[in-house]
Formats: sequence, structure tokens, C-alpha cells
Amino acid sequence: MELEFLIEKTALVLVLFVLTLTIAAYSTWAERKVAAWLQDRVGPNRAGPFGLLQPLADGGKMFFKEEIIPSGANKYLFIAGPSLALLVSFLGTAVIPFGQNIEIFGRVVPLQVTDINVGILYIFGVVSLGVYGIMIGGWASNNKYSLMGAIRGASQNISYEIAMGLSIIALLMVTNTLSFKEIAAQQHGWHWNVLYQPLGFLIFLICAFAETNRVPFDLPECETELIGGYQTEYSAFKMGAYMFAEYINMFVSSVVMAVLYFGGYNYPGMDAVNQALGPTWGPLIGVGVMFFKIIAFIFFFMWVRWTVPRFRYDQLMDLGWKVLIPLAIANIVITAIVIVGFDLFNKL
Amino acid sequence: MSLFYVVAFLSIIFALLVIFTKNPVHSVLYLIATFFTFTIHYIILNAQFLAVVNFIVYMGAIMVLFLFVLMLMNLNTDTEPMKSTLLKVVGAIAGGCLLVTLIGSMKTLSTASTTAMDNTGIGLVENLGKVLFSDFLLPFELSSILLLAAMVGAVLLAKKENKTA
Repeated sequence: MELEFLIEKTALVLVLFVLTLTIAAYSTWAERKVAAWLQDRVGPNRAGPFGLLQPLADGGKMFFKEEIIPSGANKYLFIAGPSLALLVSFLGTAVIPFGQNIEIFGRVVPLQVTDINVGILYIFGVVSLGVYGIMIGGWASNNKYSLMGAIRGASQNISYEIAMGLSIIALLMVTNTLSFKEIAAQQHGWHWNVLYQPLGFLIFLICAFAETNRVPFDLPECETELIGGYQTEYSAFKMGAYMFAEYINMFVSSVVMAVLYFGGYNYPGMDAVNQALGPTWGPLIGVGVMFFKIIAFIFFFMWVRWTVPRFRYDQLMDLGWKVLIPLAIANIVITAIVIVGFDLFNKL
Repeated sequence: MSLFYVVAFLSIIFALLVIFTKNPVHSVLYLIATFFTFTIHYIILNAQFLAVVNFIVYMGAIMVLFLFVLMLMNLNTDTEPMKSTLLKVVGAIAGGCLLVTLIGSMKTLSTASTTAMDNTGIGLVENLGKVLFSDFLLPFELSSILLLAAMVGAVLLAKKENKTA
């Protein structure tokens, strides 16, 4: 029993790890393809069919480039920055349920590495740690542009974390649990949380863009003002680590949004499909649906990047503090009133 | 139990490093590591909610602000103002007084009477929330007023500076 449990979890972690890496690598390819498509170009098409080997070529290039550590930099922290960014970005998917329990070789396996009962807060904590990679790297570079980028990253993350937390509170009032497994199970069929929390989802989405430092909130690496922001001094794979961490963060945010608001592995008519296909293939369809949602969100991230111009820094702060936080608080109040109202109505 | 000793040892080591490192930014980073070991302590005690809140609030928010301020000030050992010997002596005496007080208060505590809690689920969100909003409602609300007062005070201070500038 113990050994089987270990094997099961190890396999799940490994699959998740490889999957995350693959999706992050192919996100770089997809980003260029999407950009090319939106701008009426061809995009990468040299390495392999449709340029599908492009991520490998890029990765190889990153590995073989010269590593430069500036003489004025703080050596250990300079290396710690990108390592931390990459490490922290991997932690998030541990609490995500990727599907219903699935039967493999007569054994029921939950498609979730661990179900801690404070799952949402765990994700929240991991996200808030992500900023250390940027801050440490930016400061250790000993370059004023890097420092400016790091400081922008920190203030932006802190500002948008508040609105994100408030939007999650409204969601928790609907779900009554912090566990991802239960939240996903509650959205059975078409009872997706986005239907109950449309405003909360909008706030969460905007904050997710800010937390992942994606356009239109990529002020920490704004190249027209700060050269490269916190990654100005980085070269070779350390820069690659930062870039990779950004794409992994994008994947994790997409996963979280898919599970919290868009039903995760649930889809209308899933009961009939599960009955028809049995306990192995039925849940697998759910996993497919989940990944379809995740990829749709990733596409949305890219779509926005190539459509919307970058915010100015004061606009970014104004949006965070003066628009999103009041909206999120209003959302909490409205949600509370509606829930209490329904309770009273049901009692009558 | 052995896990506790390892983590406790790490906590003390990191806490000492906070004091003994010359560079203020390193100091803050060690403090973050110290808080991380505290999070592990909470998890060992099965206080999951407290662990995660400690993680989010202390490691994720407060220490980011510390780091933020320190990086902005960009303190170096060269520019750091030298403290006079008088200040050092006063600091040592004040610290010594605190130590004596702490030891005195520890002596009155009877450590032998601590009993293992039967309800191991007390640290989980649901139970904690129920306790906070029933038994400890008044202190809980009072502390929130305290936080509000601090927030208003901070805003007021920032406003004042704006006017004179």
C-alpha cells in the first residue's frame, strides 16, 4: 500500500513536471505563432515542421551562450534570483486537481498531487513568493535599470495581490471551502463559478495578468524605459530561467483560473460520457477538457499581449488601488447580500 | 520529534545570521528564511491555516516591503552612519533588561503542565474561524480597529508630507 502510494505520487509529480516544462517551452513557440498570426506574418517555420522544433533550438542556444556575471554584482544573489524564480513557479501545480479519480489497473488514483485544505491560500502564498526572484535578481545585478525593474515588480505584485485576495474571498463565500478538490467537484456539469462570480473572475483575471508580469502590465521589464528591467544584466540560461518562469507562471495562472472559475475538468453532460466510457476513459476526457480550457486561457494571455498596449506606471497603480480594490470589496458585499438574501428567502 | 530539532536549529541559525550579517539586504533575506522555518513549525503543529497565513503575510508581503525599502535606500557598509559607543552601551543595557524580563516571565510559566491537545484539528480553517467569531469575537474586532487606526495614521502622515512639499 505504502509503496504503491509512493509510486503513484512520484509518477504524478514527474508527469506534471514534464508537462509543465513542455507546455512552457511550447508556449514560447505558440506566442510567436500567435503574434505572427495576429500581425499577418508566418512566424517561426525553419526548425522542423511548422517550426515545432523551435523551443529545442532556443533552449540549446540558451545553454551554449556565454554566462556573464557583472563584476559589480552580488555573485550568489545574482545566481539565486533566476533559480528562485524558476523554483517557485513550479510549486503551484501541486494542489491542482487535474481530473476526477481515475481507475488505472484496478486502482483508483486521484489526479492531484496533494489535497491540502488550504489549497487556495497555498497558491496565493506561492504567487506572493514569485516576486523574490525578480527582486533579488534585480538588486543583485547592481544596475539602476535592474533595480528600477525589481522595485516596480515588487510594488506591482503587492498592489495586485490585495485585489486578487479580495476577489478570492468573494469566491470562497460561494464555495465555502479552501480545498481545490472540493471547489472543482462543486462545479459539476455546468455549475461553473464564473456564472456566480463574473465580476470576481474579471478582477482575478486582471490581477493574474499583473502577477505574471504580462502585457499590458509588464512594467518590470518595460524595454522602452528600463532596457530589460530586472533581467538587463542576465545572459544565457539565467535569462532563459526568468523567461521560462514567466511562461510557467502563465500556465499556473491559467490552471488556477480554469479550476476556480471555469469548472476545471467539469463539462455539461459529463455524467453520460462517464457512464458510457467507464471509470478510466471517462475521467480522461475530463482531463482533456481541463487542458482545453487551460490552453484557451494561455491563448487569451497571448492574444492580449499582441493587442493591448502597455500601461503607464501611474495608470497601473491607479487601476490597482482605485478601481480594482473598491470593485473587489463591492463584489464581496454584493455576494454577501445575495447569499444572505437567498438564505432568508429559502427559510420563508 | 527529530524533525522539530532540525527545524528549530535552522530557525536559530538563520535568526543569528540576521543579526550578524553586515549587509542589510542579506539580513532581510535571512529573516525571510527564519520566517520560512516558522512556517514549518506551524505545519508540524498541524496549524495549517496559521502556517499558510504566516507564509503569505510575513514572507510574501511584509518582507517584500522590507526588502523594497532597503533596496530603495541602497544601504552600503560605507554609507552606513557609525553608531557612537554611548548608543551601543545603551542598546546593550536595554537588551539586557529585556532578556532579564523574558527570563523572569519564563520562570513563572510551568512548562510541565502543558498538556497535549486532544483536538488536533484546532488549527484548521473551519475550527479556527468558528473560535475566532464566537469565543474571541471582541478581541478579534478590536484588533481590526487597531489595524484600521494604524492604516489611517499612515495615510495621514503621507498626506501631511505632500502638503508641505
